[in-house]
Amino acid sequence: MQLPDFQNRLALPDEILLSVEKPARYIGGEINAVKKDKRRVAIRFAMCFPDVYEIGMSHLGIQILYEMFNRYEDVWCERVYSPWLDLDRILRKEKIPLFALESQDPVKDFDFLGITLQYEMCYTNILQILDLSGIPLLAKNRGADCPIVIGGGPCVYNPEPVAPFFDLFYIGEGETAYRQLLDLYLENKAAGGDRKQFLLRAAREVPGIYVPSLYDVTYKEDGTIASFGPVREDVPKTIRKEIAMDLDRVPYPDKPLVPYLKPVQDRVVLEIQRGCIRGCRFCQAGQIYRPVREKSLETLKEYAAAMLKHTGQEEISLNSLSSSDYSRLEELVDYLMETCREKKVNISLPSLRIDAFSLDVMGKVQDVKKSSLTFAPEAGSQRLRDVINKGLTEEVILQGAAMAFAGGWSRVKLYFMLGLPTETEEDIWEIARLCNRIAAVYYDVVPKEKRNGPVQIVASTSFFIPKPFTPFQWASMCTKDAFLQKAGLTKHAIHEQLNQKRIKYNWHEADVSVLEGVFARGDRRVADVILKAYEKGCLYDAWGESFHYDRWLEAFAECGVDIGFYNSRTRSRDEILPWDFLDCGVSRDFLWKEWERAQAQILTPNCRQACQGCGARQFGGGVCFEKREDMDS
Amino acid sequence: MKVRIKFSKYGALRFIGHLDLMRTFQKALRRADIDVTYTTGFSPHQVMTFAAPLGMGLCSIGEYMDIEVDSHRGAADLKERLQAACPEGIDILSVRALPEPEPNKKVISAMASVSAAAYAAVFKDGTRSFSDWASQSEAFLSQTEILSQKESKKGTVTVNLRPGIRELHVEDGALVFTVDAGSRGNIRPEQVTECFFAFLGVRVPANALQLIRLELYADRGTPEKPDFVPLEALGEEF
Repeated sequence: MQLPDFQNRLALPDEILLSVEKPARYIGGEINAVKKDKRRVAIRFAMCFPDVYEIGMSHLGIQILYEMFNRYEDVWCERVYSPWLDLDRILRKEKIPLFALESQDPVKDFDFLGITLQYEMCYTNILQILDLSGIPLLAKNRGADCPIVIGGGPCVYNPEPVAPFFDLFYIGEGETAYRQLLDLYLENKAAGGDRKQFLLRAAREVPGIYVPSLYDVTYKEDGTIASFGPVREDVPKTIRKEIAMDLDRVPYPDKPLVPYLKPVQDRVVLEIQRGCIRGCRFCQAGQIYRPVREKSLETLKEYAAAMLKHTGQEEISLNSLSSSDYSRLEELVDYLMETCREKKVNISLPSLRIDAFSLDVMGKVQDVKKSSLTFAPEAGSQRLRDVINKGLTEEVILQGAAMAFAGGWSRVKLYFMLGLPTETEEDIWEIARLCNRIAAVYYDVVPKEKRNGPVQIVASTSFFIPKPFTPFQWASMCTKDAFLQKAGLTKHAIHEQLNQKRIKYNWHEADVSVLEGVFARGDRRVADVILKAYEKGCLYDAWGESFHYDRWLEAFAECGVDIGFYNSRTRSRDEILPWDFLDCGVSRDFLWKEWERAQAQILTPNCRQACQGCGARQFGGGVCFEKREDMDS
Repeated sequence: MKVRIKFSKYGALRFIGHLDLMRTFQKALRRADIDVTYTTGFSPHQVMTFAAPLGMGLCSIGEYMDIEVDSHRGAADLKERLQAACPEGIDILSVRALPEPEPNKKVISAMASVSAAAYAAVFKDGTRSFSDWASQSEAFLSQTEILSQKESKKGTVTVNLRPGIRELHVEDGALVFTVDAGSRGNIRPEQVTECFFAFLGVRVPANALQLIRLELYADRGTPEKPDFVPLEALGEEF
């Protein structure tokens, strides 16, 4: 009798795989996963997204770097995700080391462990990854038997709260300096150099590299930073972000991985541009990814076709911070609609401004009856929208809603923030009134016989968290109680509206926002709290079911770290901020000017209207060199 | 045209659940550029049905799915292209056309056809063998009642497996058996091995066995005189 192969060549035995929730998270072997002969590569790179598989597999940045590294013949890049809580317990109990998916080999055997930091609430998961891998949590305790632990992603624009856990950080876009870093690693190894020598040379020679152990910080009596700088003369004082200027020439995954499990983003993702011209003052992405750089239409067509062919995915989604600002959107969408109709592929168009064009396109590609439209006014009143530089007027919102209702939509989602600088009770009342006016538009625009059920407005509020490298980096943030009071007022105000039954209101958890605020603008002293909280069992803090605020408060108290110091203070212009040694291309003076204009409620034009001299022009390309209306004269 | 595809599932794919297997095939068919028929309506999907879900951890050399195609270049071409698009752990074993139904009748789908399933059980680590108990299989089958306890929402239910066990013997160190499946009344292979060990008075640790589905059968006979044929036998070469 011929029996099929059931030999287990995985890191986990059958009995463990069959006892956990979704064993497919841990087996690798997905379509388009890269297999190499480990004896024939010089460098093994473990790329980690410190959250559960279905989340991590949805992340575009990892797929880009996976593609880039594996194009190098001498490198094998594999993936690592956080084991879910069930497997976490088993790995600890059975003392099984954490492994990478492709080879199923222990992470500790790798040359590098790269961890992407996409949101602050994953910080305890970093420690879980290190711990389960058998790598000392503090970089200073690591020896030759440990991989070099690298941090990357948007949160490294303030790496200080996690600085002691990393050997180095890569600041900016990964496509430019990694090869240089890897070559240096090989060279150092061949010359018999040790870990310390590699880190020192990386800090000195490779652009965009921050080695926290080579920098020292001192504090004043009031707790603010007295000095921050390198411990040696030959290590750079500031580190400028890395940026890829020609996006048509950077590696892009034309064969993205196709997971067995349904990921959060179950579609191919087409990145159309990086950066945003808008300059909303609360938005970190709008500053740190400057300047806007577009991909050419030809490149995008090529990638779209290749990705669909190699994955068999049924949906394609455009990725950018503001798709409507892509200069050739109409042509791109026409092309996609044509090819996708033929192949029965759905098109998903997030981050579109609601106007006649986008409604027309969405009407063609989506089932209007099922879908809802999203507006992000962020603030209820025009006054506060001016403060945050959200150049969206109530007139535009109501017109967009009217067009949408006339086009058959009856569900609208609205996103707002509570606790923005200068916010008053009146601004909160305006959130409720705006929702009410949008509901009223429906009854004005759509005659009774054409109504597809009653209108549904879903208003969601998140709590404003000041982020580094934004004009609001100097602003104070609300306390948990203040947040909850504001959410309570919003609820009350909505309840007072004529159309209140048609408005559903959701708000975020306030305690998670408080922690996010501390991690966003914290310094190295916050690392003690993260370590302490992890030791108390905090893990998967972004997941409501495993978030324990009480344990976090204990950790803060035991470490003598005051939440209010980080969240509730308005910073002065001359205070040294923990991230001031990084240069994201946008100058501190520009951000300060924007902070002042915010307080004066003055709008700032976007990059295509008029250059504000933010500093991003130094990178020598992108929107900064486009021909603009104001350049004609 | 309706096409019946027989495939195997083994190796690490033992840990892929049924829904994920379906998703895997949906995408594989698209990568293979097979001209699958889509349902009409606003969100069209591929016309595709599976015969019987396979439990997590099991492997199989007798899985079936039916698809419908608008055009094709022959079974060999279809098989080759689908195989090339499948991950390691799925082998396409046969591709056959289901005959056009008689007027006013519908094609009986793979799922509706299933009446019985054959399984093999072996010890994963190879340290033990069912050959030790080869002589007891007849005695096991000669019982009038083989009672199996099943946990359900309403508490423990006892069912008699004996009428549903069509055949059982030891072969090459494996316990091989055919049991009722599908709408006729589904017997899980674990129920049979548990009862067998209980009969022998032998204790076997959980997960010691690997269960393998060998074949799925349709019944062309009558309730009194069943005639089990593999599902692929209902299709034709093309």
